[in-house]
Formats: sequence, C-alpha cells, structure tokens
Amino acid sequence: MPLRLLKYGLRRTYPVTGDIPATPELKANYDVVIIGGGGHGLACAHYLARHHGIRNVAVLEKGYLAGGNTARNTTTIRSNYITPQSIAFYKEAVALYGEMSQELDFNVMFSQRGQLTLAHNESTMRSFHLRAETGSFAGIRIEVVDANDVRKLCPGLNMDDGGPLEIVGGLWHADGGTARHDAVAWGYAAQAARKGVEIHQRTEVRSIEVVNNRVAAVVTNRGRVACGQVLVACGGMNYDVVLKAGVELPIRCYPLQAMVTQPVKPWLDTLVSSVSLHTYLVQSSRGEVVIGGGSDPYQLYSTRSTLEMKEHLAAGAVHLFPFLGSLRILRQWAGITDMTPDYSPIMGASPLSNLWLDCGWGTWGFKATPVAGKRMAECIATGRVPDILKPFSLDRFDHFALVNEMGATAASH
Amino acid sequence: MKILNCPMNGPRNIEEFQYLGPLRRAPDPAISDDTQWAAYIFRAENRPGLITEWWRHTPSNYVFLAERNIVTNDVARTYDPSELRGAA
Repeated sequence: MPLRLLKYGLRRTYPVTGDIPATPELKANYDVVIIGGGGHGLACAHYLARHHGIRNVAVLEKGYLAGGNTARNTTTIRSNYITPQSIAFYKEAVALYGEMSQELDFNVMFSQRGQLTLAHNESTMRSFHLRAETGSFAGIRIEVVDANDVRKLCPGLNMDDGGPLEIVGGLWHADGGTARHDAVAWGYAAQAARKGVEIHQRTEVRSIEVVNNRVAAVVTNRGRVACGQVLVACGGMNYDVVLKAGVELPIRCYPLQAMVTQPVKPWLDTLVSSVSLHTYLVQSSRGEVVIGGGSDPYQLYSTRSTLEMKEHLAAGAVHLFPFLGSLRILRQWAGITDMTPDYSPIMGASPLSNLWLDCGWGTWGFKATPVAGKRMAECIATGRVPDILKPFSLDRFDHFALVNEMGATAASH
Repeated sequence: MKILNCPMNGPRNIEEFQYLGPLRRAPDPAISDDTQWAAYIFRAENRPGLITEWWRHTPSNYVFLAERNIVTNDVARTYDPSELRGAA
C-alpha cells in the first residue's frame, strides 16, 4: 500500500462518519413520535428540529429507512392539479424542491424539465383547458399545446397512430420535474439526525394505547414509548396503524406497479404521461426508462407484481414510443397505495387530541414530501392546522366537502 | 395468472372479472343522519385480513360475492348473492 494512502487512512478525520447514525436504544418517552421513516416522516422530523427547535423526536420505521413508497414511486414532481386548493399546496411543494439541495446540503438531483400530459381526444383537451386556466390563475406554469407543439416538445412520440388513441394535443407543465427519491429521504434523515432526532429502523408499532382521547404510548417490538404528540406517516400501512388507535380512515389499499427498462442514451428530456393509457414515462439520469401507472384492479396489501399489469404498462409505453419494444425490462416492483375517495390526501388533526395524520397519499405522495413535512411540523409545533392544509382535513368526508382530484393522475382507475 | 372460482361459470382467469368493491350495508335512511350516510359512502372495509366483496364475471354479466384475504390474496370462497338475502 502506498505510504501516502496509509497516512490518509490513519488520519483522525477518517473514516468520515456516516450520514445516518445506527439505530440507538429506544427511550421510554419522546416529545414527538413519528410513525414511518419515509420521506414524509423524515421531512417532518427535519422541520421540527430545524425550524421549531423540537428535537426530542423519534422516527419509528418498521423496515429500513425510506424502503416503502419513498423507494417505490416514479419521482414525479408537479403542481398541475385540478382544484385551487390542491394547486396551492403542490405549488409550495415544487418551490421547496427548488431549494431542497441547499436546505439539506445534500444533492437531491432536482431536475425541472417539464411534464407533458397527452390528450387522445377532444374531451380530454377540454379538461386540459380548464386545468390550464385554473393553474395559470394560481400562478403555476401550465398551458395547453397542440399536436405540433407536442412533436417539438417530445420528439419520438408516436404521433401517427390514426386510431382512437391518436395524440391530438397536450398539457405542458414547465414546473414539472423529478428528484432522486433516496437522496430526498437521506437528506432529511441526515439533517434531522444531526439536530438530535433519533431514527429507529426495524422498529414496528404493534399497538397504540389511547387514554382519555389521546395517545398515551405506542408499543413497539422494541418496547413501549410514551409520547407527547404522534404523527402517522407510513404510506401503505396508514389505515392499519391509525386503526390501532381506534380511528377508521376512508382509505382502501391497492398495489401500484412500475418498472424500468435497460439504460439507453438520453433521448427523453420531459416527463410524459397519458391518462387514457394509464401510463407515464420518464428517463432516469442513468438512462433507464421508468414506466409507471399500473394500479391493481382490486384491493390488496401486497407489493407483489403481476404479469397482467406489466403487460398493461408495456402496451402503453410501446404505444407512445414504439422503439421501446426492443428494450428489455430490467427491474419491476410495486408499492401499497392508500387511496382516498377523492384522490386527495388526509392531513391535519384526527379525532384524538395529540394524533396527527399525514395519510391518504395514494399514488401522489412523493411530490408532496417537503411541503407535507413542513406543514405537519407546523401542526405539531403550534397545535394549529395551517390554512393551506385545512381543505385536506379528515372531517371533510363527514361534510361531503371533497377535494376531487380524480383524473389529475395517470396512475389509476 | 390468478384464478377466481365463479359460482356460475367455474374457475376462470381473474382478468375476466371486474372488481366492484367491498360489501357495504346501507343504513336506514329514515333513522340515519348525514355522518352515518357519509360513513356508508366513503368508508369501505380495508382491514388486513378476510373481507367480503362484490365481483362481476364480465362476459356473462354475473355478479357474485367473494370472501378474500386482502393480505395474502387467497380467496376463501365465492357464492351467489341469494345467500346474502338468506342471511339477512
């Protein structure tokens, strides 16, 4: 071994410490317990520690860090929703992604390259006009484009199908983009841990003790933890975990499947999505084509994949870009999505005084990671739900005050 | 390929079926309030484990019930809706 390398290796500053510390001993109580060590929970922990000075926080994760839906989504970031309430919320998410690498001192590879949603018929074009007007009024970059613009924005698209699925135009959302999903979670985890937040991996919540309308403690496989405040942000298991506290959420769980092809040269610099085909594509920075959109047709708590859904995704992808037919599928996976009746999340207060909900993230959660974390931290720190979250309260389902976003995603149903 | 055992047509590829969601029991409109109606409309069975749900065999347009475990995806049994009326 060269002497210089040996000297380097023996320096006191080497090896550098890891970004995320090993799981510590579980204490008997914490000011805040966050159930779910994915992007949302870790973002909330970061904002609690950094912006509200609340550092006696434990993040409990059943598996490994960010191994659930944070690892299984297709990393789409956008704010081109249907309702003004949703657009305001996701607009803040996109803005936070813009400054995230600075905020976290961690490169999350935010790539704002625009999202193109395709219309295959005139009725879709009409709905796009409404979305473009609503979005423009709310101050996001969104416009309806015709078939010629689609050709320019996305060369290589099959524009000459001639059948009922011929592309007639699109909705161009220049604010759309992607970020590296693991980096988002690791960045938040590293910053939160540096401020004293404890991250407990392989720590599963088995039951929740409720006394006098508040959560007294959560019981885990590593012991009982008393808690001042509790946040539930555990993706596909939200319904089950909240049920342990005696609260039944209006959620049904469906697997959502995705896959990637072998890497090819960069050719697709936008995100492309088709609601009619239930397919969306993006080329990753490695060159792989990420293909998503396959919501299973029936309820299931499972991350298994099915040949039927992969065939469906492949058919949609090959329809849009026929040359993809010669590529091989490299990896495929699924996540459990917690779907709400109106395709909007459930955030804010619960019927229990110290239990906070960051649930119902279905197929649309990754893009909301920073804003959900920031705003849920605000709820926990101040005890008040900020105005931007109020439309997404659990009790909207008691008053028929839905925030309908069905059709704002190409993912499902 | 997953097989679903249709009470009328026998075992068939699950691709031939349409999922119609969990069985819900409507409250009596004469004595229920808005909250109960909202619960009926928006809250469906989602507990990990066995649930009762509606399915339709699309080619024959035959609607029936299944008891399926939504964690393991095992179908315990399928039966004709007339059984439901018998139980009520």
